Amino acid sequence: METKLKGRTAEVIINTEGPVVIIGESINPTRRKKLVSTLQENNFEYVIELAESQIKAGADVLDVNVGFPGVDDVRLLPETVKVLQDKFDVPLCLDSPNPKAIEAALKVAAGKCLINSVSGEEAAIQALLPVAKEYGAAIIGLCMDEKGITHDPEKRVAVAEKIIERAVKEGINAEDIIIDPLAMAVSADPQACLVTLGTIRLIHQRLRHNITLGASNISFGLPDRESLNTAFIILSIYNGLTCPIANPEKITSAIRAADLILYRDDFAMRFIEYFQRRQKLT
Amino acid sequence: MSEILSQLSHCVEFGKIDKLSPYPPDLKGQDGADEIAKRALDAGIKPDDILEQALIPAMAVVGDKFSRKLIYVPQMLMAAKAMSSAMKHLKPYFLSGETKRKGKLIIGTVAGDLHDIGKNLVAMMIEGGGWEVIDLGVDVSSEKFLKAINENPDAVVGLSALLTTTMENMKKTVTAIREKHAGQKILVGGAPVTMEYCEKIGADFYSPDPQGAVNYLNHLVS
Repeated sequence: METKLKGRTAEVIINTEGPVVIIGESINPTRRKKLVSTLQENNFEYVIELAESQIKAGADVLDVNVGFPGVDDVRLLPETVKVLQDKFDVPLCLDSPNPKAIEAALKVAAGKCLINSVSGEEAAIQALLPVAKEYGAAIIGLCMDEKGITHDPEKRVAVAEKIIERAVKEGINAEDIIIDPLAMAVSADPQACLVTLGTIRLIHQRLRHNITLGASNISFGLPDRESLNTAFIILSIYNGLTCPIANPEKITSAIRAADLILYRDDFAMRFIEYFQRRQKLT
Repeated sequence: MSEILSQLSHCVEFGKIDKLSPYPPDLKGQDGADEIAKRALDAGIKPDDILEQALIPAMAVVGDKFSRKLIYVPQMLMAAKAMSSAMKHLKPYFLSGETKRKGKLIIGTVAGDLHDIGKNLVAMMIEGGGWEVIDLGVDVSSEKFLKAINENPDAVVGLSALLTTTMENMKKTVTAIREKHAGQKILVGGAPVTMEYCEKIGADFYSPDPQGAVNYLNHLVS
């Protein structure tokens, strides 16, 4: 199955058989106080800087989250989208818990965006699916609902199936639904990552949808987060993860290596190209 | 301090829950916090002394090590589990009133936010600091906090939020509490929360780590 996203002109294809597409996570104010202070002054230089460094490091899509206390994100999210699309051609992933902000951003966005995210909660389904349909956006379906987050992979898959069913009923193409199986911190629950890997496997084998993951969550509360995130992302890719939301500056070389190992990079072209590009930069 | 209390303290500090627990490896096969706490009571040591001379100081060391990044979340959780396994033997004395705790804390993650690790760590550290903790869980509405305050009018309230997008609900909860209970003591915490934000929304205290919250609470009752 192929999910197509589009920037102003450039198209990015996420294929369930790979290679991996990287959604850059860095435009997010949690743990990035400078983003809050600059955006509060309507200064977009730092957002642009974050976008540029992520694209250079291998981001194919950029996640855009500008939610913080006191912000009017119905105004700020579309404004940020305009600024980013003015400079860059990568597709955007609009990340907000506020459906009105998502809709306002879709109104001004060129191309085809990804909505992050639609949970299995009735309120989210009703608020966001019609918006996605109207603007032709793709969605990320989150494997949780009113009952919260389950630790049973089968139950997470059931939530994914519900979101897919409702979205298709709304007129959204099945290939435009990417599933997020949810990743929890392994420091607090030693089985957390296994549950996620099991969910990824089931979704990949049974539903054949593209799969995303906010992978950096898993290493919360532990040292050497980079090694942990990398190991988890690679294992997830082998099980069916196709478009992680991660920090490309830390993860791209490992992802290129995984694609090569999984026979998704003929003659190691992308692997070598990335290595040489990084070499030039340093 | 008696030998048995220092053993108990050691078990809590290093997360030795009970005899069967394989961690830490150098205490394998030996009694853990569970067995030693029971033995201490059987030997006639007062529950107050177990709490104040073994459990509270051990958890304070754990909190301090965590603040200085000498240990990480899993080690802190193990310590907290060891503390709980000792604490369960003290429960009857708390219920009968023979042993008193320092006070009560109502804690929860604010509406719209499902993150519980930070909140749980703070709850455990505060329990380990000798307080009774009423944990309302995650995604807790203002109404639920208000209900808990009505049921426990002498309690301090702790609010957690882990996302910049849910901090707004922290503010709403503080405002809702202040409307009904102007003098209510409120602590706030979570990754994106700052001292500045705490002051701005009218909460009383912010700490970047669990031990800071314990110290603040102890200061309130000292």
